[in-house]
Amino acid sequence: MAEDFQPRIIAFLCNWCTYAGADLAGTSRLQYPPNVRIIRLMCSGALDPVYVLKALLEGADGVFIGGCHPGDCHYQNGNYKARRRVAILKKILEQTGFDPDRVWLRWISASEGRLFADTMTELVETIRAKGPNPLRGQWGM
Amino acid sequence: MPAVLRRLLADLLEKGLVDAVLTPRPAPGGGNLAQALVDKPALLADADPVAPVMPVQSARILSALTAGGAPYRLAAVLKACEVRAAVELAKLKQVDLGRVVLIGIDCLGTYEPNDYAALVAAGQDPTAHALAAAAAGAVTPLAGAAFREACQMCEQPIAEGCALSVALLGGGGQALVSGAAELLEVLGYPEAPEPAGRAVAVAALVAERTATRDCMLGEVRARVHDMDGLLAEFGRCIRCYNCMTACPICYCKECVFRSATFDHAPAAYEGWLHRHGALRLPADTLLFHLTRLNHMSASCVGCGVCSSACPNDLPVAQLFRAVGREVQALFDYHPGRSLSDELPLAVFREDELGDVAR
Repeated sequence: MAEDFQPRIIAFLCNWCTYAGADLAGTSRLQYPPNVRIIRLMCSGALDPVYVLKALLEGADGVFIGGCHPGDCHYQNGNYKARRRVAILKKILEQTGFDPDRVWLRWISASEGRLFADTMTELVETIRAKGPNPLRGQWGM
Repeated sequence: MPAVLRRLLADLLEKGLVDAVLTPRPAPGGGNLAQALVDKPALLADADPVAPVMPVQSARILSALTAGGAPYRLAAVLKACEVRAAVELAKLKQVDLGRVVLIGIDCLGTYEPNDYAALVAAGQDPTAHALAAAAAGAVTPLAGAAFREACQMCEQPIAEGCALSVALLGGGGQALVSGAAELLEVLGYPEAPEPAGRAVAVAALVAERTATRDCMLGEVRARVHDMDGLLAEFGRCIRCYNCMTACPICYCKECVFRSATFDHAPAAYEGWLHRHGALRLPADTLLFHLTRLNHMSASCVGCGVCSSACPNDLPVAQLFRAVGREVQALFDYHPGRSLSDELPLAVFREDELGDVAR
């Protein structure tokens, strides 16, 4: 059963950095696990936690948020604001009994295709080790 | 109402310090109170700002009256949690305190509005009881009645940072007005020393409430420490949004839950049905509460109107206080303490939260 488990990961990627980094990983023909479903955003700071929560409550095994390195935000400081929001989100998940380490926030630039592929591999293997989202078995929230 | 407080409100109008006063008054038909905006001193005769009931969170009223700048000068008599909510709303630019004289009174606890009405209908006088207890340095409900749970665990019953403050607790029956020197001078009120018993009474009340808070929040944490517990506690949610409507902090005109974002097409339910095998309806109830925690718990002032508004008696206020305190601790933030404390979600530091992202 454990070997059959294929994590489903939702990734919210900033248009200006991590999304381009994912594109570079692809055009560079770097291999990474196909468990990641990518949603492009204009900025990590534009992500309302409601969409992370929706993914988790629907049974996503992990959520990844990719933004620009500190100081590199296309909109000056959206990534810093994203970091505060994610800190609050993780605290709330922890307080309500949900594993906050299923949500990852990472800074990956447009030139870091290799880092993107490596990070996705690390994420998928970490989530695979954690096992399925316990809410998967629930009858819909 | 203590004569001192009635005189204060009338003096503010008659001496031209403000043009109107916002204060609780008996609602038409009797039996309960409503906030009233008054500009004729004679109509203050039956005002009852001390009454142990909070039918609405008055910070919401203050937002309606002042957002974008009040057209007249206003004095507002508020309980401590209403002052804190007004400060949060001012930082969120939903209240403009520029022409507002905040009058903070010692909060003598509040009953659920229906309980208050029942006490009055039974011939009791909750205000007189509250004042008598406060004179002796205590905040206690009438025999056989109970304060709202949020009040039982409120460790901040004394309003801070107001232009004027009215001390009732531990005053031996005397109400003491203190505050900004320029206001007291125009009012012609002398500087008076704090009543001898007040500091002890306040410290004892805060200690008792803090202990109750830790006990109540510990209980709710024990029940809601995992998703199964959360589902068990919030399984009765009917997503009526009463908690959000009553909450003073939830001000957004375009709330995501009032939008069409989660108005799913019928085919979407079919997809979920096949994936889960069964579907809880209405959907998204847990999403609603967890999202609201994300959006507003940093500013939660613990007034508990969410729980009072809930038709199914969910422990909304307990959960939001328990989780909100942890969220606020991340940024050492104290909602409603000061206009100069920056809202956690409005600012950032370059050098922080290194463990959240890398």
